[in-house]
Amino acid sequence: MGEEEGLHQTQLLDTMFVRGLKRKCIDGEEDIEGTLAGIKAIPSYNLQRQSLLDMSLVKLQLCHMLVEPNLCRSVLIANTVRQIQEEMTQDGTWQMINTQSTGQTSLDRLVSTDILCRSSREQAEGKQVPGYSNFNKDFEDDQTQDSSETMSTASSVQAPRNLQSNVWEMENAQENRGNFQKSLDQIFETLENKSPNSVEDLFSEVDNSYYDLDTMLTGMMSNTKMGHCDGLETFSSPTTTTSNSNCKSDLNELDHIVEILVES
Amino acid sequence: MQKKWVVFFCVFWWQGSNDSLPSAEAVMFLKFSLRSVFYGAGGGNDIQWCFSQVKGAVDDDVAEADIISTVEFNHSGELLATGDKGGRVVIFQQEQENKTQSHSRGEYNVYSTFQSHEPEFDYLKSLEIEEKINKIRWLPQKNAAQFLLSTNDKTIKLWKISERDKRPEGYNLKEEDGRYRDPTTVTTLRVPVFRPMDLMVEASPRRIFANAHTYHINSISINSDYETYLSADDLRINLWHLEITDRSFNIVDIKPANMEELTEVITAAEFHPNSCNTFVYSSSKGTIRLCDMRASALCDRHSKLFEEPEDPSNRSFFSEIISSISDVKFSHSGRYMMTRDYLSVKIWDLNMENRPVETYQVHEYLRSKLCSLYENDCIFDKFECCWNGSDSIVMTGSYNNFFRMFDRNTKRDITLEASRENNKPRTVLKPRKVCASGKRKKDEISVDSLDFNKKILHTAWHPKENIIAVATTNNLYIFQDKMN
Repeated sequence: MGEEEGLHQTQLLDTMFVRGLKRKCIDGEEDIEGTLAGIKAIPSYNLQRQSLLDMSLVKLQLCHMLVEPNLCRSVLIANTVRQIQEEMTQDGTWQMINTQSTGQTSLDRLVSTDILCRSSREQAEGKQVPGYSNFNKDFEDDQTQDSSETMSTASSVQAPRNLQSNVWEMENAQENRGNFQKSLDQIFETLENKSPNSVEDLFSEVDNSYYDLDTMLTGMMSNTKMGHCDGLETFSSPTTTTSNSNCKSDLNELDHIVEILVES
Repeated sequence: MQKKWVVFFCVFWWQGSNDSLPSAEAVMFLKFSLRSVFYGAGGGNDIQWCFSQVKGAVDDDVAEADIISTVEFNHSGELLATGDKGGRVVIFQQEQENKTQSHSRGEYNVYSTFQSHEPEFDYLKSLEIEEKINKIRWLPQKNAAQFLLSTNDKTIKLWKISERDKRPEGYNLKEEDGRYRDPTTVTTLRVPVFRPMDLMVEASPRRIFANAHTYHINSISINSDYETYLSADDLRINLWHLEITDRSFNIVDIKPANMEELTEVITAAEFHPNSCNTFVYSSSKGTIRLCDMRASALCDRHSKLFEEPEDPSNRSFFSEIISSISDVKFSHSGRYMMTRDYLSVKIWDLNMENRPVETYQVHEYLRSKLCSLYENDCIFDKFECCWNGSDSIVMTGSYNNFFRMFDRNTKRDITLEASRENNKPRTVLKPRKVCASGKRKKDEISVDSLDFNKKILHTAWHPKENIIAVATTNNLYIFQDKMN
């Protein structure tokens, strides 16, 4: 996705949200009967809303690991996500998004996964993912404390959207919501606990398929393979660490401890 | 443009209808109207702001530790303190007014610099605690020394800044290098005398108030009793006594039993300037709660709730975010309070809860850019605001190193820029204008060319004079009004 396209997307988003009026069918009958037609008529609104949702989720997940995340910002983003979710549920478009696939190559998917699952240290180093345009180049060099900003712009709007649509290629909207709600809950649990373990949980349990890819990428062998289904099964109640997460998080913890010892 | 001619016609018509010579009042009126017409929109009583000084590095490459994070004048205005991201506090002192130079007030020069907070590591949570100074608040002066409170995310410190300009000399009990002399060699009794020395300003931490906040401290406010103060983090507010460091009282707690239900946080808090039992705190949902500490020990139930109903025509996904209040400040009189949200400044009368009495748009042209600002996180910028000494003008910052002033009486506003281009002292600042859409006039700046990296979050107004301190990312600008 070129820089210009990325910029265009945000500009579209801006114009979309400028009036702030929800562009949904007022007439209920029309809504039920011609949902598909309705979607076709205003495809951009849903796409943009989806983009906003993805952007928000990325922002929430990519919390700066070394310093405590800004709670106010997290709460505001989470509220925005809830708001979008509610509207999408009302619109009945929750299921619709699953049918949209934009045919991203598997390589892109791998790369975008990499961003999410990379350890905090690597994120802090601000590795730019090749092939993803940074349409806010001004902010690339912004050296505020939040390194997640680098990541937010690196993983441009395109990647997260595909990420999430692929994640939610599930039949059941209910499960989507459950999983989704779970990730929101987990985010707050994480913020509450603020331990490396639960942060790793956040990454691993939002979408386990990513986790698998990540282990492949980093060349680590995991003991048990956490399938797609496991994530769904556990959605109803927040779970504690799995053996997989233990493995990875232990290693990260070890790295971290060594780092502290070396530095002090 | 039309206003000018209307005034002219009115004045000359009035003059024409009276054949007598213009009265003193007429002349005054003419002068005033001409002046206000020709000087255009001015911030209050035709104040003309001039560049005075700029502090900080000239480099465009900003060292992160040098980013200014708070600015505060003391109660007399003689001292100006800044805190930065590196945990340092720099205090500037105003020179005594030079009788020969009646054109300008004294300059501010560095008085003291010290490291207030150091970075820490919370081993339990494996997280760093930033040393960035979030707020500085001065105590009123009670003796020769000055006291201020400075805070980072977790710890508040009381600093004493004292001067030393004399030292005792003439001891004969020690050698030059400090070793004690053999007592048998001491044959005379010599009383040391104080001799003048170069002025030395020392800062020493007198109290450290730690371990009382789980979340990040965003505000501190000294009570009008000058004995207690409050500190507020995202979910709790604590009341301290300045002398007691091992205990504090929790007076507000909005943490839900289940953190998953968290939807609102505290964003700012302040004590009332006159009533020592009253304080307010603002939230991320755009509400302000006024609490009375006499009502109960835990002030979870507000005495007053200030909230403006949402404008349905402006509703969007970002409505809540932009309604989040980033700063709340009482007027000096205590009758009003001002709140800053992302796009506006609102003045509230403490007697009226359902809506503000005045609303000023800071940069309404950003409303159509909210999505981009959300993407680059600018929408979460926390702008501060301040009153002038007489509560007639309010000031706040914006992007592109612009800052805005609103005159509450004349209803006029002005946009000025803090930049090194207007470097000469007593250069009057030129008002700036942002072109929202359509054809851009000469000297106007279009919204798309605004630099969102250059933001003015912290501003301060001298308590008595028309002197303002405006902080850009790493520079501190001081502006004064033009004295005739």
